[in-house]
Amino acid sequence: MSLTLAEVAAWIIVVALNAYVLFGGADFGGGVWDLLASGPRRQQQRDVIAHAIGPIWEANHVWLIVVVVMLFVCFPPAFAAFGTLLHIPLSLMLIGIVLRGSAFVFRSYSYGPRSEQRRWGRTFAISSLITPMVLGMCVGAVVSGHVGTAMTALDSGTASFASIYVRPWISPFSIAVGAMTVALLSFLAATYLTIEAAGDRALQEDFRNRALGAAVTAMALAIVALVLGAGNGVMARLIRPGWATLVIGGSGVAALTSAAALLQRRFQLARVAAGAWVTLILWGWVLAQFPLIIPPDLTINAAAAPDRTLAETMAVLAGGAVVLIPSLWYLLRVFKGSGQPIESPGEPQRN
Amino acid sequence: MAAVSKITAAMPDLLAARSQMAMSLGFHIVFAVVGIGLPALMVIAEWRWIRTGDGAYLELAKRWSKGAAILFAVGAVSGTVLSFELGLLWPGFMRFAGSIIGMPFSLEGFAFFTEAIFLGVYLYGWNRVSRTAHLFAGIVVAVSGVLSGIFVVIANAWMNTPAGFTMVGGDAVDVRPFMAMANAAAFPETLHMTLAAYTGTGLTVAGIHAIAVLRGNKSVFHRHALAIALTLGAPAAILQPLSGDVSARSAAVHQPAKLAALEAHFETQRGAPFHIGGWPDVDERETRWAIRIPRGLSLLAFHDPNAEVKGLDTVPRDQWPPVAIVHIAFQVMIALGTIMALVSVWALWRWWRGRTIDAVVADRRLLRAIAFVTPMGFLAIEAGWTVTEVGRQPWIIHGVLRTADAVTPMPGLVVPFLIFTLLYLLLGAIVVYLLRQQIVRAPTQ
Ligand code: HDD
Ligand code: HEM
Ligand code: HEM
Repeated sequence: MSLTLAEVAAWIIVVALNAYVLFGGADFGGGVWDLLASGPRRQQQRDVIAHAIGPIWEANHVWLIVVVVMLFVCFPPAFAAFGTLLHIPLSLMLIGIVLRGSAFVFRSYSYGPRSEQRRWGRTFAISSLITPMVLGMCVGAVVSGHVGTAMTALDSGTASFASIYVRPWISPFSIAVGAMTVALLSFLAATYLTIEAAGDRALQEDFRNRALGAAVTAMALAIVALVLGAGNGVMARLIRPGWATLVIGGSGVAALTSAAALLQRRFQLARVAAGAWVTLILWGWVLAQFPLIIPPDLTINAAAAPDRTLAETMAVLAGGAVVLIPSLWYLLRVFKGSGQPIESPGEPQRN
Repeated sequence: MAAVSKITAAMPDLLAARSQMAMSLGFHIVFAVVGIGLPALMVIAEWRWIRTGDGAYLELAKRWSKGAAILFAVGAVSGTVLSFELGLLWPGFMRFAGSIIGMPFSLEGFAFFTEAIFLGVYLYGWNRVSRTAHLFAGIVVAVSGVLSGIFVVIANAWMNTPAGFTMVGGDAVDVRPFMAMANAAAFPETLHMTLAAYTGTGLTVAGIHAIAVLRGNKSVFHRHALAIALTLGAPAAILQPLSGDVSARSAAVHQPAKLAALEAHFETQRGAPFHIGGWPDVDERETRWAIRIPRGLSLLAFHDPNAEVKGLDTVPRDQWPPVAIVHIAFQVMIALGTIMALVSVWALWRWWRGRTIDAVVADRRLLRAIAFVTPMGFLAIEAGWTVTEVGRQPWIIHGVLRTADAVTPMPGLVVPFLIFTLLYLLLGAIVVYLLRQQIVRAPTQ
């Protein structure tokens, strides 16, 4: 199979999206656990989450910017279509992103009374839940082909507001995909947090139990999504034999591996398997949808920018990666390597 | 396209989209400017601490970095909103321009990455990395902040002076992304913007500390802060009118309609006068109640008192930008720029004469002047962007694509406009409240 330049660009976007899901996605998942913090160690749970996210969330967030920018540079018509047809959910997602990021720093840097910090904590947590939910619903809307159909309807100029701007992303299928996204990211976060909490057995158990619960939920929702989506072309290819099926099968293996590893408290293995599970679901979707960028009709090649733009952008990406990868590695080594707690004079003592 | 003709009729949606874009950019630019200027202040303070061992410098670096953490986060999220809004509000623009001006945005992506990564190291790494590594992280943040600003302003310069493609029947062909970056307005705009960021941050910080000194707090902390902030802000403020002159000459050549609007200059003439103040009467095509400096405009725009300056009469009426807004915004920017440059000259002169910053601290009249200019840098920046953006109307890409043809077909845009405005008002209020807490807790010794 030989790929066109446009297809290579599309795969690069998928890699960036993958990175966003594994890193940025887990930060959202952490927010969900802040929302659901409970039991005697509620405060410790929240503190571990805050410390895990603090130094890295802004860097993790940049992956989303890379996805957006790559999309509008390499596939301008697709970006324009997403912006037009998914205006409402994307705006909701943006509100979530704004509230999540700012409430998180407001909580860390406020000298105000505890009630004020709690209010920001709650804002942070709720927006961490809503943002991935809506993002998942947008993906569901694209996969189901509803966005593509609405695009045609918009050009014909006869369809109603609701059928173009609302119904494509509010369907049982897209809601199931949204819920699955939340469950998966929460699972990912809880699995990572078992390692962040390594110093405290009880806390580690808290996150282990949460990870197991989220894993079961995510599997159930994945099955619901498969059933609800069985009628549409992309999902059908997930089930029919082919590459996509193989990858989805692999994701099932990864899911079971991570659950088994959690049960046996092999947390490093659980983390790797959890990442693999989420990654394989993403790639399974993309393979099933390939070579379409907006099902049912618009292909990657038809939506692509001129070759010269694609080539020069990739050259810049290659050059940038030389700076970026060592820098990211350095960041993770400084904050995630040693397991010693992060002391930050940037954070006031809670009083 | 049917969708496009449908919306051109519906003006309120277009207005809502323009207002939402203007509001989002006007909000983001405040944080972006701080993202460019504040790291430079922190790095200078930390470097002074390493050199002198004076703990007040370290305290200063840490204080500023706490402010930076809050402001950067809001900058990052409001910037994310903008990247999406390009598609949410202007799909027609992105469909046309995405592949041409994507290059600076891609480069900017890398600048954001290095900035966010090393900001994490800087804010949370005081006890985790060596002093040199920590200072280095700060320097990387400062440099990538400047680069982010430069890249995105290059994209904006392209909207003013498009280049790097050939138009064939309404489509852009033969796209050359790097040529698009090397457009005519790129140098003047990026220079002016970078200086504006240093002016804004430097003089605002200087003003805040001058106010503290005026209130009787003459601690080393505030004196050091004043010295560092003036070091960054004052030279930039003095250079800014010169760089503005470069911008004006570039506009005179490449965007005569904009120059004519910002000068409220209706008739093409040789030896054109420069208008100070005044109200442009668009229907009568004249500018009332202005102070006229004979030949001033010809001199400024072309450095020749007799040069011909094109007036709005050379531009078809339906391609005039809103003249009054542009003219007034321009006057505001010039007035604020002049005041800031004068105060900066005064401060640097006093400092140089007295050899130490104590000479500035002892001069209450000067301190009052510095306190007076506190908000001016940011106001000038907002005014300047109004000139640039409103002055480009009715074009989103000068001479190529009209704003009205670029807007989304989605109706009811006033709703997202109001929601985002409320969100940002709330956010702005909280940021001010939190920063006040930080400042109030500054040391008094
Ligand atoms: C601290 C802020 C500040 C100050 C003191 C000034 N400016 Fe400015 N100006 C800006 C901040 C700014 C800006 C916000 O940064 C703009 C918007 C776009 C740009 O490139 O810079 C701008 C744009 C801008 C433009 C429009 C460029 C274009 O659209 O092509 C002109 C002609 C000038 N400026 C000229 C001046 C002059 C003659 C000044 C003399 C005092 C001046 N500016 C002071
Ligand atoms: C359409 C216009 C713009 C878009 C799409 C945009 C986009 C963004 C994005 C996505 C970020 C967040 C990066 C992160 O996650 O750290 C950001 C931050 C930043 N932007 Fe903008 N921006 C725009 C206008 C501007 C302008 C005009 C400047 C000029 C100075 C600027 C300078 C910066 C800087 C210095 C930062 C980093 C500092 C901070 O986070 O506060 N941006 N921008
Ligand atoms: C951060 C500083 C900026 C400010 C304060 C600013 C301000 C504004 C204002 C006031 C408008 C509305 C103009 C009108 O419709 O009358 C506008 C429109 C717009 N700006 Fe900017 N701008 C900034 C930077 C940028 C940059 C860097 C870009 C792109 C790279 C950009 C892209 C746009 C677009 C696409 C529109 C909408 C179309 C139009 O009205 O022409 N702006 N901006």
